[in-house]
Amino acid sequence: MLALAVRRILVAIPTLLAIVAAAFLLMKAAPGGPFTLERQLPPEIEQRMQAKFGLDLPVGEQLARYIFGSDEGGGLIRGDFGPSMTYKDKNVIEIIAEGAPTSALLGLGAMALALLVGGGLGVMAALRQNKIQDYAVMALAIAGVCLPPLVVGPVMQLLFGVQLGWFPSQGLYRDEFGLAYLILPIVTLSLPLIAIVSRLMRASMIEAMRSNAIRTARAKGLPEAQVIWRHALPIAILPVVSYVGPALAGVMAGSFVIETVYQLPGIGKQFVYAAQQRDYTLVMGVVLIYSFLIILMNLAADLMYRVLDPRTRTA
Amino acid sequence: MPISTNRRTLLTGAAGLGAAASLGACANARVVGFDKSRKSLDIANSSEPLSLDPHKATGSWENNIIGNMFIGLTTEDANSEPIPGMAERWEVSEDLLTWTFYLRRASWSDGEACDAHDFAFAMRRILSPETLSQYASFLYPIKNAELIHNPPEGTTALSPDELGVTAIDDLTLEIRLEHPAPYLPQLLKHYTAYPIPKHVYERVGDEWVKPANIQVNGPYKLTRWWSNYIIHLEKNPRFYDTENVELEHLYFYPQNDVQAAARRVLSGEAGWATRFPSNQVEVLRRDLPGYVRVSPYLTVNYFSFNMTRPPFNDARVRQAISMAYDRDFVASQIYRTGEQPAYKFIPPGVYNYATTARYPWAGQPLEERKREAERLLREAGYGPNNPLRFAFSHRNTSDNPRVAVVAQNDWNAIAPWVTVELRGVENQVHYANLRAKNFDCGDGGWIGDYNDAKNFLYLFESRTGAQNYPGYNNPIYDQLIRDSDVERDDARRAQLMLQAEELLLREAPICCSVFINSTNLVHPDISGYEDNIEDIHRARWFGIRA
Repeated sequence: MLALAVRRILVAIPTLLAIVAAAFLLMKAAPGGPFTLERQLPPEIEQRMQAKFGLDLPVGEQLARYIFGSDEGGGLIRGDFGPSMTYKDKNVIEIIAEGAPTSALLGLGAMALALLVGGGLGVMAALRQNKIQDYAVMALAIAGVCLPPLVVGPVMQLLFGVQLGWFPSQGLYRDEFGLAYLILPIVTLSLPLIAIVSRLMRASMIEAMRSNAIRTARAKGLPEAQVIWRHALPIAILPVVSYVGPALAGVMAGSFVIETVYQLPGIGKQFVYAAQQRDYTLVMGVVLIYSFLIILMNLAADLMYRVLDPRTRTA
Repeated sequence: MPISTNRRTLLTGAAGLGAAASLGACANARVVGFDKSRKSLDIANSSEPLSLDPHKATGSWENNIIGNMFIGLTTEDANSEPIPGMAERWEVSEDLLTWTFYLRRASWSDGEACDAHDFAFAMRRILSPETLSQYASFLYPIKNAELIHNPPEGTTALSPDELGVTAIDDLTLEIRLEHPAPYLPQLLKHYTAYPIPKHVYERVGDEWVKPANIQVNGPYKLTRWWSNYIIHLEKNPRFYDTENVELEHLYFYPQNDVQAAARRVLSGEAGWATRFPSNQVEVLRRDLPGYVRVSPYLTVNYFSFNMTRPPFNDARVRQAISMAYDRDFVASQIYRTGEQPAYKFIPPGVYNYATTARYPWAGQPLEERKREAERLLREAGYGPNNPLRFAFSHRNTSDNPRVAVVAQNDWNAIAPWVTVELRGVENQVHYANLRAKNFDCGDGGWIGDYNDAKNFLYLFESRTGAQNYPGYNNPIYDQLIRDSDVERDDARRAQLMLQAEELLLREAPICCSVFINSTNLVHPDISGYEDNIEDIHRARWFGIRA
């Protein structure tokens, strides 16, 4: 298992480099630049700005400078993500570090909720297959997938925040973390996840309940609860695990819509603003973090698989 | 361990999770946007500051924050009129070129003296090219400023030490000018002229503005800046007028989404929003009685014609297109907060500029203007056999796309052989196109940085370069602006600028559209908030109505 992990991490390095190069070139292809502003800069200042960030070099050299740094230091390989091109007082690491806790909290919270509620609902639907509960859950799941957070978010804000006044509708309680402030965004973010998890869970649970292993367990005379918890669930959860890995990376890297609707300080919002303002270094930083998370979570999912499914251990 | 549960509890357990989630909710207090007992104010500010360093800031939303932290030689009262700030009084020499400022005894928030040396240091820093200041050109009226910051091509830059600013002693600052600038007190209240703490800068350099290092000489001090989320300012007990500052805490939220800004006030989580969606003004007046504040503002929306290529290298075409556009409809129907149609370029109410300039055809009814436009276009050689086609490029943000549709409709209605195509793109791309002259006709807006007509007219000087979007190049216009720069008499100076504006309207490098109003939502119990043309409202003047 260790060998597998090490091998996968080694393969990840060229993958990351390829992603960096692709993202860098794509971004350079977009028209405009960080200093294309309403008010034009004096030519002297603009030249100095371009030189400071190396924007006057050919694209290939810019990329090399970004990855390997220049004589003055910097460069990805030294762990330096560079200065922000739009924020004049901050660098990329600082900005990501400010946003990451909120995004991670939101993502983990939403995924935990999705696993609990979605998993629970999926199991319930499977056990009550083709009964009213099953149809209800599947209808909910369809709704959850179809209604984008862009719609659900403001509706929840208006309903629970403004009309009923149960929850605060935006922010985090000024510059502190307020638990109540995270509930609406977590719920909004988790709705589509709940929908997907419950459908996955239902399908695999139905299949698991029909498997020979379960028939054997029942034949042994085990109580039904134990059959479900000990035997059916570990088999049924496998497809969910392989979905959750990359999905978790996705939600933890920040959701632009949720963070914008609820005015939360996450990196999803930073990413989109940075792209709009052509803050090349900040965009690259977030892309890197996101790719790293994806690779890490995929690896984690594979390792989980080995723990849960005895059949994969020999392979 | 066997789990003693059955299917039923399993089912109800899953369903009960939602209820459990809601239990934790009641624990936290909610933000009260205008908290009278805590003396705090939450502010929906229009955007995220990209710098809180007064030498690097560029936006009004940055000014909203920075202006609560620093005080220049002059500063603004609640009406945004210049009043003595760090300077208690000043004298002007006979030739109007040397100003001597006498400073009050005051200190930075760490107790160090804030004196003339900090000002001299700050002005040298902002004008030094290494600082990469984008707004340093504001200080060009100061002797040698331009030669230091942006020397003419082929010459080497002067050293910042040559700047015409001298600390004669701790409390006396002398500023020498390139040319008379009667508006200097207006200019010196701008953030580009704020002092910075020399002693901190010498220790930590550009990091001085981080919350851990920053020292301020104004009413509030920065305690936290959480990117794209919140900025927290706290009252500075060492501010010279601190006993008259009532609010203790200011929280600024970057609210790019203007709808969300209004929502934040509606839910009571902000006491002031620095703008609101103009088309919702009726609803807001009903739901938030006493909050809605609308005021004339130093802002004009205008369309640039690309004069460097056909069809807009012909003045007749430019004039025809300008005259066929129904700005009254746009002002009253697209914008809903009493905006004024622009039949001239400089917004009404600009300091010391009683303008009488108008488009020559401003009084004619629209139908007549459209007929006249068709006649002009035919005269310019367009007609059924030589149709006029051009693209109107616009920003795809806020009300701009809706304005574009009206303009397109008006221009297509001149004659069947006029065809206008719309090209909506994001801001950054739009301005890149304008600068590269990669457009036919393009929208844009200008917010005056200080209250003077020069700040508008300079846009179309030929030396302005790429930002002169139409590519207007008229030596007479340039000369009028240069003459107004060196004119000592206020009335004659205004007269010269008026001539320049009239020339602009006759030659029509641009089509003036609408004068935009400022819109704010302000808690009715905040006293000391006054509507003003610069839309600058410093929290030190705010009080709490019982």
